[in-house]
Amino acid sequence: MSNLKKLTSKRLFLPIFCMILVMMVNIIFDLASGNFPFSFFTISTRNGVLYGRLIDVLNRGSEIAILAIGMTLVVSASAGTDISVGSVMSLSAAFCCMLLAGFGVSSATQLQMPLIVGVLAGILMGCLCGVFNGALVAYLNVQPMVATLILYSAARAIGLLLCNNLIVYIRDDSFKFFGGFFGPVPTPIVIAVICVAIMSVILKKTALGLYIQSVGINKKASRIAGLNSERIIFLCYVICGLCAGIAGIVNASRISSADSNNIGLSYELDAILSVALGGNSLGGGKFSLIGSIIGAYTIQAITTTLFAIGVSTDQAPVYKAIIVIIIVAIQAPPVSAYLKQRAAKKALAKGVN
Amino acid sequence: MKKKINSNTLLLLITIALFVVMYIIGCIIYANKGFTHFQTFLNILINNAGLLCVACGMTCVMLTGGIDISVGSLIAMDCMFLAVGMEIWKMNAMVLIVLVLLIGVIFGIVQGFLIGYLQIQPFIVTMAGMFFARGMTAMIYSKQISVSSNAWFVAVANAKIKIPFGSYVNNKGVEQIPFIRIPVVIALLVLIIVFLMLKYTKFGRNMYAVGGNEQSAIMMGLDVKKTKLKAYMLSSFLCSIGGICYCMNTMSGSVQQALGLEMDAIASSVIGGTLLTGGVGNVIGSFFGVLINGTISTLVKTNGKLLSSWSSIAVAALLCFFIVLQSVFAKIKDGKK
Amino acid sequence: MEKNVVLTMRGITMTFPGVKALDNVDFTLRRGEIHALMGENGAGKSTLIKCLTGINAFEAGEIHVDGIDGAVVNHSTMDAQKKGISTVYQEVNLCPNLSVAENLFIGREPKTRLGTIDWKTMNKRSQKIMDDLDMNIDVTRNLEEYSLALQQMIAIARAVDMESKVLILDEPTSSLDDHEVEKLFGLMRKLRDQGVGIIFVTHFLEQVYAVCDRITVLRNGQLVGEYPIAELPRVKLVAAMMGKDFDDLEAIKSDGVQDFTNAEVLIEAQGMSHKGTIKPFNLTIHKGEVVGLTGLLGSGRSELARVIYGADRNQTGTLKVNGKEVKINAPIDAMHLGMGLLPDDRKAEGIIGDLSVRENIILAIQAKRGMFKLLPMSKQIEIADEYIKTLQIKTASRETLIKQLSGGNQQKVILARWLATNPDFLILDEPTRGIDVGTKTEIQKLVLQLAKEGKGIIFISSEVEEMLRTCSMLGVMRDGAKVGEIREELTQEGVMKAIAGGGANE
Repeated sequence: MSNLKKLTSKRLFLPIFCMILVMMVNIIFDLASGNFPFSFFTISTRNGVLYGRLIDVLNRGSEIAILAIGMTLVVSASAGTDISVGSVMSLSAAFCCMLLAGFGVSSATQLQMPLIVGVLAGILMGCLCGVFNGALVAYLNVQPMVATLILYSAARAIGLLLCNNLIVYIRDDSFKFFGGFFGPVPTPIVIAVICVAIMSVILKKTALGLYIQSVGINKKASRIAGLNSERIIFLCYVICGLCAGIAGIVNASRISSADSNNIGLSYELDAILSVALGGNSLGGGKFSLIGSIIGAYTIQAITTTLFAIGVSTDQAPVYKAIIVIIIVAIQAPPVSAYLKQRAAKKALAKGVN
Repeated sequence: MKKKINSNTLLLLITIALFVVMYIIGCIIYANKGFTHFQTFLNILINNAGLLCVACGMTCVMLTGGIDISVGSLIAMDCMFLAVGMEIWKMNAMVLIVLVLLIGVIFGIVQGFLIGYLQIQPFIVTMAGMFFARGMTAMIYSKQISVSSNAWFVAVANAKIKIPFGSYVNNKGVEQIPFIRIPVVIALLVLIIVFLMLKYTKFGRNMYAVGGNEQSAIMMGLDVKKTKLKAYMLSSFLCSIGGICYCMNTMSGSVQQALGLEMDAIASSVIGGTLLTGGVGNVIGSFFGVLINGTISTLVKTNGKLLSSWSSIAVAALLCFFIVLQSVFAKIKDGKK
Repeated sequence: MEKNVVLTMRGITMTFPGVKALDNVDFTLRRGEIHALMGENGAGKSTLIKCLTGINAFEAGEIHVDGIDGAVVNHSTMDAQKKGISTVYQEVNLCPNLSVAENLFIGREPKTRLGTIDWKTMNKRSQKIMDDLDMNIDVTRNLEEYSLALQQMIAIARAVDMESKVLILDEPTSSLDDHEVEKLFGLMRKLRDQGVGIIFVTHFLEQVYAVCDRITVLRNGQLVGEYPIAELPRVKLVAAMMGKDFDDLEAIKSDGVQDFTNAEVLIEAQGMSHKGTIKPFNLTIHKGEVVGLTGLLGSGRSELARVIYGADRNQTGTLKVNGKEVKINAPIDAMHLGMGLLPDDRKAEGIIGDLSVRENIILAIQAKRGMFKLLPMSKQIEIADEYIKTLQIKTASRETLIKQLSGGNQQKVILARWLATNPDFLILDEPTRGIDVGTKTEIQKLVLQLAKEGKGIIFISSEVEEMLRTCSMLGVMRDGAKVGEIREELTQEGVMKAIAGGGANE
């Protein structure tokens, strides 16, 4: 009993537990439909590249994982979420493709400028959006979600303007690289791993993690202790914008086009869900990056599973919304107080016996 | 009684002035495209009747210091439900309307319970609600569907209520009598009722108190949880009324419908002087917020050359401007203390 | 039930996880008396009040209210209100965005026949309540337009108008000036004469003797006793609250007044100010000197220190540190100049609740090093352990979350945070507030020792005796301005005179 309790109180319990749950569902589903029960985990190679459902989850989950990095920091430092990430993804993609194809061109076979410049410009656009959000939240004290709501609706519209209301196709193989394959491994996985690794190193080797948590827990006290609270919150939003920019490029490269109406659609939900699923409180403060990353892949596993069961893209958010509510409801103060009380009563009853 | 102009009334005055200026500019630039006709103004009302209902609900929620971003998706769900109900299930329109209102109330109660009693952040709850409702829309029916077979509904939607003044003769020599449609009447009734409710009922004042200082409201013995629950219930209920108005205007249901409407509603409230921090605001302001919103999209449409994205960018920019304004006012107020 | 008694509490017991907050406490309130509830922080005063008003649930004991048969258990403040028990708290619990009239009547608004709110009657009745209490207030104005003191009085007016038999005043005077306190006392006496039983919780001894009829003393969650005011002189009250004698405190008298005028100047402020909180002031602090700032709460004593530290921006004048003119834009600049500030509001500005003791200790030193030079973990542990040992911080481990520590130990952790940065100049704003006597003495000793090491210190405290014991110079603050300095006449009387000001005819 006490061992179980110890286990459930661990930080990473929730994300790992959910991950295992999803895998179980997959196994059961495969069993029920008469497939090989572990087909979820089978990895094979076809045409020299890795193939399999697990790889698919890792591949498709890359954008969410990248977004989750930024979102985790934002949630921790400002106790709010950045709901503009999906739209910012689309704007970055639109900006990048517009530069590569030239304004008003709907299909380009020839790049108008070096690939790297376009990509960096797209990512820079993401940062710029982060700067806007960060300025509103950190320096003007606007509630995070209201501040990011502005770009949530405006960024997509700006993307449409940049593309002249068109879907811009880049028919150049070099652009496909970011959503394609790096040797046998899908490039998005590599990009996600690099992003997570860089962030982990930053958190390990600098005091950023301590600063962010400190500001997230008590902004005023952090200021007195010599931290520049505003700048730290601002920085978190810029990092979040940067992540959204990278994710946007990856997503655009996958479909080799910038479709402003569809890139990054409902990714904000996935990103926020990863953070919550990662065992982080949406009320800010302490965070675990690894938890969020596991959360991100869990979300993707859920999505893949839903699709496998036959739920359409449009319908999937219903289930995710329910999951979000369940997670935050469990974390909610009145519920946790009630659970604690019950546990205490049980312990008391045991003591009497 | 003399009353000082404080920053809150100032915000409202700015809004009204902004609307007037914007409208006059529209009249000057697009005089040849009929912007000056009374009907143009009425068309703004007709096109935004649904938004007005939603904005009234949004204002109430924002008064308590919360926010409801599920409204756009809820409208899509309502429209889809109405359209599918009439076209595929061949149900009675009246029954459907009652069902839609009921769905709105239940939706609101669930959200309100999570926010009020479980103390979850309003944004998280209503964001989940937003995705839930949008997903449900797709579950009801995945394609676009238009309403045409239900005679009663079509008749109500097309009914014109003529206005006895402001008529003009168009260039073909036919007299054009200005008119409004039934949704406008519904929306204006909602506006008046909510205005009176905010001023003269206990529930209305409790919402102000909760937004002003939640802790104090608890200490003064108000039932904060219940007030919040009721506020979100009201918002979803008014949103459903708005959804019916919206459906009468578009006569169709689709998954992509009313995308970003939550933004318009929030912008209308904020532009109308409702503080994001809660406790201050009025539906009269929100009414002008909706008018500004409508004027912007009408201006963009009248221009004809501009992409429709411009209107959402303009609304977002305006929202941003007013948020910054509020923030600056708040800083000045803090500085005084 | 005894005659004239409006409220009895018998054998109230309640435990917080691990702590017995109240242990078999009795309390009796009679009609028409002002009854002081005294005790040090953590004695259980507020817990008892919360049990009475239904915010906390108690485990054992009974509450009886006059006029209600059987034991009473309140589940919420509203419940308590219905039974005639109203409470006014330290922070004004009203809504600033509503009118005064609404604040008086919300939750019980007069209705018209249609069931809507009758604004006319409400405003009229509110105006009458205000006029009856000699308060010059326009009830249609928003509450936020009035001063904190008036808001506090409005809160009391609200409580009284609910026809309460029991009125609880929980530290209502801490944000009021003398004149306002006197007005409040007038109101309290008036209510007492009308037969209301008043429970008065305060930290100010003088106020207890000025207005109360009876005192109940709590210590460590237990009842020490109930005394009529005449039978409990001040010294005995203090002894009852602390449960020990003064000898321990007497032992650390400073070695007489030292003369620092020839010592090296550390801090020299010339005409610094912050609009709205502190008027331009001059202040010189020498190495090894402890300078006290005295004055009433809100007189600008904390604000002065905050301007020097850069917590509030300096808007005029100059600051010289070690003879060099410096510009401080944010606390971090001050820290680089060797300063540290222990803020008065420990919970809001001191501790980072969800971080461990170790992280709290190294936070300032890490901030000083900058983000990219992370202190190695071994070094962090070394520093944390060192201060846990030297300051005798009572914590389960260095990784315990600071919010789980007691107030005194939290304060020591914050102190450790600053000592770890090895400051030349330390500002201690109410370092001894809300902590037990033993720790108070330790902190005072520490201050004197730091001064001996050559550090300059600003020491701010509400307790004059404490400052007399530690400081060699006192700056006197009044109404947001520094009005004088006392070097020679460092006695309680001298300080009191200085704080009260020259106008003796008041």
